[in-house]
Amino acid sequence: MPHRKVGFGLRSIGGAVVDGVWRLGYASRFFLMTLISSGASFRRIHLTIREIYFTGVMSLIIILVSGLFVGMVLGLQGYETLQKYGSESALGSLVALSLVRELGPVLAALLFASRAGSAITAEIGLMKATEQIAAMEMMAVDPISRVVAPRFWAGVISMPLLAAMFSAVGVFGGYLVGVVLIGVDEGSFWSQMQAAVDFRQDIVNGVIKSVVFGIAVTAIALFEGYDAPPTAEGVSHATTRTVVTSALAVLGLDFILTVFMFRGV
Amino acid sequence: MERTTLDLWVGAFVVGGLIALLILAFKVGNLSGYDGSEIYQVYGEFDNIGGLKIKAPVKSSGVVVGRVSGIRFDNKSFQAQVEMRLSKNYQFPKDTSAAILTSGLLGEQYIGLEAGGDEKNLNNGDKFKLTQSAMVLEQLIGQFLFSKAADDGGDKKTDQGGNKKAVVQ
Repeated sequence: MPHRKVGFGLRSIGGAVVDGVWRLGYASRFFLMTLISSGASFRRIHLTIREIYFTGVMSLIIILVSGLFVGMVLGLQGYETLQKYGSESALGSLVALSLVRELGPVLAALLFASRAGSAITAEIGLMKATEQIAAMEMMAVDPISRVVAPRFWAGVISMPLLAAMFSAVGVFGGYLVGVVLIGVDEGSFWSQMQAAVDFRQDIVNGVIKSVVFGIAVTAIALFEGYDAPPTAEGVSHATTRTVVTSALAVLGLDFILTVFMFRGV
Repeated sequence: MERTTLDLWVGAFVVGGLIALLILAFKVGNLSGYDGSEIYQVYGEFDNIGGLKIKAPVKSSGVVVGRVSGIRFDNKSFQAQVEMRLSKNYQFPKDTSAAILTSGLLGEQYIGLEAGGDEKNLNNGDKFKLTQSAMVLEQLIGQFLFSKAADDGGDKKTDQGGNKKAVVQ
């Protein structure tokens, strides 16, 4: 019967919509609970420091190496295009502006999501699957303030630091290729960069972006882990969803923030 | 609570991040450009400012001595009023002239100051008496075509003298 198939299709669409709204509401409540019960992550700061080690320090290598290579590629590609217009002295400002405004915060957040966000989801999902979280609740230990909040604040603190290091190393990579390898004039490289990059407009806005991305990526990773079905398959799906959702969230948020920050005054 | 190697790593990580921020602020950005010296404001009225923007540099002999801090349209004189902030380290005579120039063929526009010979110096709130507007490409091409057409008309007549007359006509 065809009308049964149509009815089934409609039902599944409706079910997916209701399920999505349900999850969104649950995620908002989870986020608020994390914020409310984050007092302990500052009173017992060693919990947060431990998590900064696992999310921030352990992501350093991938962030620094990627930053260096992104900066070097920017130097090469920027030089290729700029020398057609005889303005290769603007290479410094091209590399620095694109890194500080966009590539630093966005790429660092994407790498952070795949390096640290997936680990957070898998860890919390497994803690739930092995009933460690239920055991904590039995012992009257609030798992949100003991497990979730320290990881959240560790992510929010690490992200801007990682993004700043990404941009700084990237500018150094652009310098290596542009000045040392190709031979763009060193003085004009730095002076054009300093003339083009504004502290308030570019650097502070880049830091604001990376803080927002840090909040988004860590909150998504924590929620996916906490919400994962307590099975091997459930944890693996949740980890995949973390990377996909946070990548989309970072890119979408980046567009919105850019619209508000750089409207071409 | 005791110190662990983990604390050392996290401390190094935070210090590294802050150093990166400082590098961005001082080496990449122009935060070090503010030498903290006092400033004074001067004004200039231009017929046409072209593509001049706020924060464009004000240069004298190629050295940056200040920045454009405001651009307004004056309803009475129908001219653009440009407000400039100059560093107090640089003093200019009262009859200094200001011109809107372009750095390179496609570069940004800036204000060039040409010092005059007056004994008194410009003070806070003073106005440049001599200003020169930005060059507009269309006007330049129009002038070129006009003089070219006039030249062609003159060449047909005869010698240099005839040429000059044609231009005058």
